[in-house]
Amino acid sequence: MAKYILKRIFYLFLTLFIIATLTFFLMKLLPGTPFSNQNRMSPDQLKIVKAQYGLDQSVFVQYVRYMGGLLQGNLGTSFQFNNEPVTTLIGQRLAPSMQIGAQAMILGTVLGILLGAVAAIRKNTWVDTLATFISILGLSIPSFVLAVLLQFYLAYKWHIYPVALWDNFQSSVLPTLALAALPLGNVARFMRTEMVDVMSSDYIELAKSKGNSAWKVVTKHALRNSLIPIVTIIGPMAVSVMTGSMVVENIFSIPGIGEQFVKSITTNDYPTIMGLTIFYSFLLVVIILIVDILYGFIDPRIRLGNGGKE
Amino acid sequence: MDKILEVKDLHVNFATYNGTVQAIRGVSFDLNAGETLAIVGESGSGKSITVRSILQLLAKNADIAKGSILYHGDDLLQKSEKEMDDIRGNKISMIFQDPMTSLDPTMPIGKQVAEPLLIHNNVSKKDAMARAEEVLRLVGIPNPEARMKDYPHQFSGGQRQRIVIAIAIVDYPEILIADEPTTALDVTVQAQIIDLLRELQQKIGTSIIFITHDLGVVAGIADRVAVMYAGKFVEYGSVNDIFYNPQHPYTWGLLDSMPTLETSENNRLNSIPGTPPNLLNPPKGDAFAPRNKYAMEIDEEEQPPYFKVSKNHYAATWLLHPNAPKVDPPASIKKRFEKFKELGGSVK
Ligand SMILES: Nc1ncnc2c1ncn2[C@@H]1O[C@H](COP(=O)(O)OP(=O)(O)OP(=O)(O)O)[C@@H](O)[C@H]1O
Ligand SMILES: [Mg+2]
Repeated sequence: MAKYILKRIFYLFLTLFIIATLTFFLMKLLPGTPFSNQNRMSPDQLKIVKAQYGLDQSVFVQYVRYMGGLLQGNLGTSFQFNNEPVTTLIGQRLAPSMQIGAQAMILGTVLGILLGAVAAIRKNTWVDTLATFISILGLSIPSFVLAVLLQFYLAYKWHIYPVALWDNFQSSVLPTLALAALPLGNVARFMRTEMVDVMSSDYIELAKSKGNSAWKVVTKHALRNSLIPIVTIIGPMAVSVMTGSMVVENIFSIPGIGEQFVKSITTNDYPTIMGLTIFYSFLLVVIILIVDILYGFIDPRIRLGNGGKE
Repeated sequence: MDKILEVKDLHVNFATYNGTVQAIRGVSFDLNAGETLAIVGESGSGKSITVRSILQLLAKNADIAKGSILYHGDDLLQKSEKEMDDIRGNKISMIFQDPMTSLDPTMPIGKQVAEPLLIHNNVSKKDAMARAEEVLRLVGIPNPEARMKDYPHQFSGGQRQRIVIAIAIVDYPEILIADEPTTALDVTVQAQIIDLLRELQQKIGTSIIFITHDLGVVAGIADRVAVMYAGKFVEYGSVNDIFYNPQHPYTWGLLDSMPTLETSENNRLNSIPGTPPNLLNPPKGDAFAPRNKYAMEIDEEEQPPYFKVSKNHYAATWLLHPNAPKVDPPASIKKRFEKFKELGGSVK
C-alpha cells in the first residue's frame, strides 16, 4: 500500500507539471497584456514595467523562471491587486470558498444518498418518480440560475437571508444551497442505480432468508454496499462545485477564490490566472488521490487486494 | 412419522409484460421430520419457485394464486410478513445456489454467520460469535477462530458454500431448503458438501428439501424423490421407486441422460430431445406430450391424473391407465426394473 501511494504521489506531481506547462504556454499564446489598455503609458514606461515583471526575457527563460518559482511554492506576483504574491491572494480567499464548497458537498451528498436510497427501495412508485424528478432538476439547473432564484426569493423578496454579504453562517446558506443542487442530483442518481442493483443481489435475498426485517435488510446490508461506490464520484463532484463556485461567489459577493478567478480573467492578470489554475488542479488531483486511497480502506475487497493477504 | 410440512395444490403465477406465466400449476407434497426430499427436474421446471414459496421469498411480480403451505398445521400463506420473519432463518432456512454471490461482500463472515442467532434469540453478541465459530468448525472451515473477521472474497468457492450452509444451520432449523447447493462447485467439492449435509442432518435432525437437476446427486442424499416438469410433479416416490421402478417417460428420459460409467467412456449423453412448453400458454393436455415418444391421443386432450404405483409412489402419465397399451420402455430402464426385482420390489 505504501508503495502504491508513493507511486500515486509521483504521478500527481507529473500531472501538475504537465498542467503548469500547458497553462504557461497557453497564456503566452493569448493576445493582449494587462497593460494593453493603458494608453497613457509611453513605450519607455511600458518597457520598464515589462522588465519589472520579467516579460522582456525570451519565453523559454520566463518558463524556466516560472517553473523554478513553482518548485519553491511561489506562484509569481499579481499584475494587479497591489502586486501581491499570488499565493497570498489565494491564502486570503481560501476560507470562504472552502466553507461553502464543503457545506455544499456535505449537504448534497447526504440528501442525495437519502433521496437515492428511498427511490431505490420504492422503485417504480410515485416516490421513485418524484425523487428522479428532483435529481434531474438538481442536475440540469445551472448553479448560477439557482443562485439568482434563491437570491431573488429568499433574500430580496422574503428577507430570510442576506442578499449578498459575507459575515456569519447565515450568509453562507444561499450559496451553499445553490452549489448543493448538482452534487445532490449526481449522488441521488448514482445511489439509486447502485442500490437497485444491490437490492436484487443474492446476498440481499440471503439476508432476507435469515429473518431480517425489510428495514434491517436495508440498514445492515444494502446501504453499506451501495455507499462504497459513491466515494468514486466525489472527485468529479468536487470539480463541479469548484466551477460552480466561481459564478456563485460573484453573485453573492463572497470574497472567495472563485470570485478572484473571475476578476483576474477580466483584468488579464496572467500570474493570478495561472496560479489559480494550478491551485485548482492541485486541489483536484489531491482530492482524487485521497478518494482512491479512501476507497481502498473502506472496501474490504480492495483493502486486502493491495498488500494484504491473498 | 411426523408430517412437519404439507404443501397442497400450490399455484404460482408471474405477471409479465407478455401475460401471466403459470410457473407452478398444482404442486402437492409433504415432508416428514428428519427426512430428505429431493426435487429434480430440468432448468425452468419450477423447483426454485416451489421452495421459495414456502419462505415467501418470491419476486414482486409473483402471485401465489391458490393452495396452502401448512407448517405444523399452520398455513404459512396466511401469515404476516412479521410472522414470516420469525420463521425465516430460524425454523426454516435456505441454502442458495451460488456461493460466489450469496455472501455480503462487505461484512466479515463471523458476523454473517452469527446474524440469525442475534435476530431470533436473546443472546449476547459474544455468545452468538462463539456459536458462529463453532458452526464454522462444524462445516469444515479450518481455523475458524482466526478467520471470523475475514471477508467472503478471502475464501474459495467450496469454503463459501460451507459458510452459506453454516448460516443456514446456525439456529438449528427444523427444515433446511437446499436449492442446488452444489451446482456451482466442482465434483469433488460437490461430494464433500453432500456428505456434510448428511452428517449435519444426523447431528441436528433437520429435514431437508434438496433441489437439483442432477439425478446422480440424489441417490446419495434423498429418502424420497419428486420429479418436476413444467410446474408440476410428474412422479414421486422413494429413491428406489424412482431409480429402479420409474413409470413416467420423463423420468425415464432423466435417468437415461444420467452419466454412467459407460456413457462417460464414449462421452455421449442421451438428453431428452425438445424443450419444455411455454408456461404463458400451457398446453391443454399433458405438458410433456410433445417430447414424449410414447404419447397417446389422450395426452393432447387431457392432463393425466396421478396413478398410484405402490404405496407412496405416484406418477402422472396416461400409460398407467388400465386401458393404456403396454409400451416397451428403453433398454436401460428395463435393466433398472431387473435391479428392482433383485431388491425385492414388484414391477408393474
Ligand atoms: N420473476 C419472474 N417473472 C416471470 N417468470 C418467472 C419469474 N421467476 C421465475 N419465472 C419462471 O418460472 C419458471 C420456474 O422457474 P424456477 O426458477 O423455479 O426454475 P428452476 O426449476 O429452479 O430452474 P433452475 O434449475 O434453472 O434453477 C421458469 O419458467 C421461469 O421462467
Ligand atoms: Mg432454480
